[in-house]
Amino acid sequence: MSDYLVQFNNISKFFGKVIALKDVTMKLKKGEIMCLLGDNGAGKSTLIKTLAGVHRPDEGEIIVEGKKTIFDSPKDALDMGIATVYQDLALVSLMSVTRNFFMGREPMKGPAFFKTFDIEKANKIAAERMGQIGIDVRDPSQAVGTMSGGERQCLAISRAIYFGAKVLVLDEPTSALGVHQASVVLKYIVKAASQGLAVILITHNVHHAYPVGNSFTVLNRGKSLGTYEKKNISREKLLSMMAGGEELNKLEVELQEMNRSSAN
Amino acid sequence: MSTKSKSIETKTDFNQDERLKKVSKLRLLLNRPELGALGGAILVFIFFGIVAGDTGMFSAYGVLNFLDVSANLGIIAIAAAMLMIGGEFDLSIGSMIGFAGICIAIPAIYWGWPLWMSIIFAFSMAVLVGYFNGILVVRTGLPSFIVTLAMLFILRGATLAITRLITGRTQVPGLRVLIEDDPLAWIFATDTFKWVFTWLGSMNLIALRTDGTPLATGIPPSVIWFIALAIITTWILMKTRYGNWIFASGGDKNGANNVGVPVGRVKISLFIGTAVAATIFATIQVLDAGSADTMRGTLKELEAIAAAVVGGCLLTGGYGSAIGAAFGALIFGTVSMGIFYTDVDTDWFKVFLGAMMLIAVIFNNYIRRKVTESK
Repeated sequence: MSDYLVQFNNISKFFGKVIALKDVTMKLKKGEIMCLLGDNGAGKSTLIKTLAGVHRPDEGEIIVEGKKTIFDSPKDALDMGIATVYQDLALVSLMSVTRNFFMGREPMKGPAFFKTFDIEKANKIAAERMGQIGIDVRDPSQAVGTMSGGERQCLAISRAIYFGAKVLVLDEPTSALGVHQASVVLKYIVKAASQGLAVILITHNVHHAYPVGNSFTVLNRGKSLGTYEKKNISREKLLSMMAGGEELNKLEVELQEMNRSSAN
Repeated sequence: MSTKSKSIETKTDFNQDERLKKVSKLRLLLNRPELGALGGAILVFIFFGIVAGDTGMFSAYGVLNFLDVSANLGIIAIAAAMLMIGGEFDLSIGSMIGFAGICIAIPAIYWGWPLWMSIIFAFSMAVLVGYFNGILVVRTGLPSFIVTLAMLFILRGATLAITRLITGRTQVPGLRVLIEDDPLAWIFATDTFKWVFTWLGSMNLIALRTDGTPLATGIPPSVIWFIALAIITTWILMKTRYGNWIFASGGDKNGANNVGVPVGRVKISLFIGTAVAATIFATIQVLDAGSADTMRGTLKELEAIAAAVVGGCLLTGGYGSAIGAAFGALIFGTVSMGIFYTDVDTDWFKVFLGAMMLIAVIFNNYIRRKVTESK
């Protein structure tokens, strides 16, 4: 019996002749944050969809809490406690915080056939949950559209946790955010992990990933370049491992040359 | 771990955030979608109170008259609003009214069905048409505007063709005699609270006919249906899970789907709702007139959508209110009847209708910007 909460062993996914993923392995313990790094086109989206149960892997196995499982649908993954928060967050900006929080899973009250949406209870829980992560929703009936990007991200994560997520898969949670907002979200992710969740943080931003991650998996052209504990790898090394790293080095050299030639 | 979680404890006292403005009650009220329509309705009443206050418009008879017109429009406007909140349009409402009318009249007159059976038949056809509209939109992903526009022509054409084929005419009269003693028709054809009007008449508080009976005999069935529908739909939207799903489906189809809202089923049910509302409208009118007309309900779909928009529904879905649509219908009904009591030529009604809608859309657009605006 392993002490891993979830294991993805040698996952491969093919689309016709295209090899989208090849032999990607990820193992997570409780409380661990694994950052999945990769440039655009590295196969991040395919991997996310495989984790979320949208795609079925063509090779490899998924083991949740020691049991080998197959996800036939996103619902299967969700039932196993693997919750994916996509970039679009599945929030409706015209709807209130509460109505978004409980969208599709509304708490009910009253006798059978006359069950009503228990909006008071929902308001209370939503405000409480958002309060716990330091977001004061003055009025849980305010529209989500009035919230900042970071707050929305936190709302989506908080919702996933409330509805029983054990493993959080976060798709670029900080990509659209400013420095301050991003740090609010990252703090919350660390806090969630400290409460015993396993987090897979998908990003192309090493500067966001490095401070919060326990381990790092670098994805390049559909293949894993390996998983590294934080103590074994530096930020610079990670950066250069991503496809972008070399490119940036090259760019730097080119810029220097340009400067030199213009100086002459 | 515990020290770690403590160190990331974020600040808790947010009430002292200096950037936070105190939200006034008025501001909260402004966020309600039906506010514009409510204000508009009050303005309309004040206007006619001044211009036509002494003309009989606000006598019992006059009030019931414009309420009846408003209520008829309101029944379909509420259903149209629900569908619009769910993110779709139904342009086939008007044609459905004509179709439902002959679905009642032809079986009752030409096939000898009892009236109640014809009425049930019409409602069954409505469920079918609504389901067909819905499944087509959901399955194909085509804009409902196009799908139901096609249905507008198909239903109107079929109504005309079938009626002429069977009856050789475009109208089917002779229903009035069938209403009496029918176990179902009374729901759509009975004036209620007659005793109130009789009593008011006997006290000489309202106008009487020469034979001593009051001019206004009771609340028309349309008004009862209208009020009942407004209450039920508002309750559904605000208080039920299904209501939340309607907002979610219209607000963000994919997002709603991702968190487990059965968007397809919600939309199909709303299409059935508009077709059924059109049939309620048709049944009331057919029984009131005693005849079905193939052209009945022409352009009603646009009036219903206009009322829904005035009532605060966004054309993009996800926002709006049923009670707002009810006020929207009340505005249109009141003006269309009230204009007779003024010196203004009734030709101007359509101008008013268009202008009203334009103002409402601009206002709604502004509200939406306010609601979705980021800090």
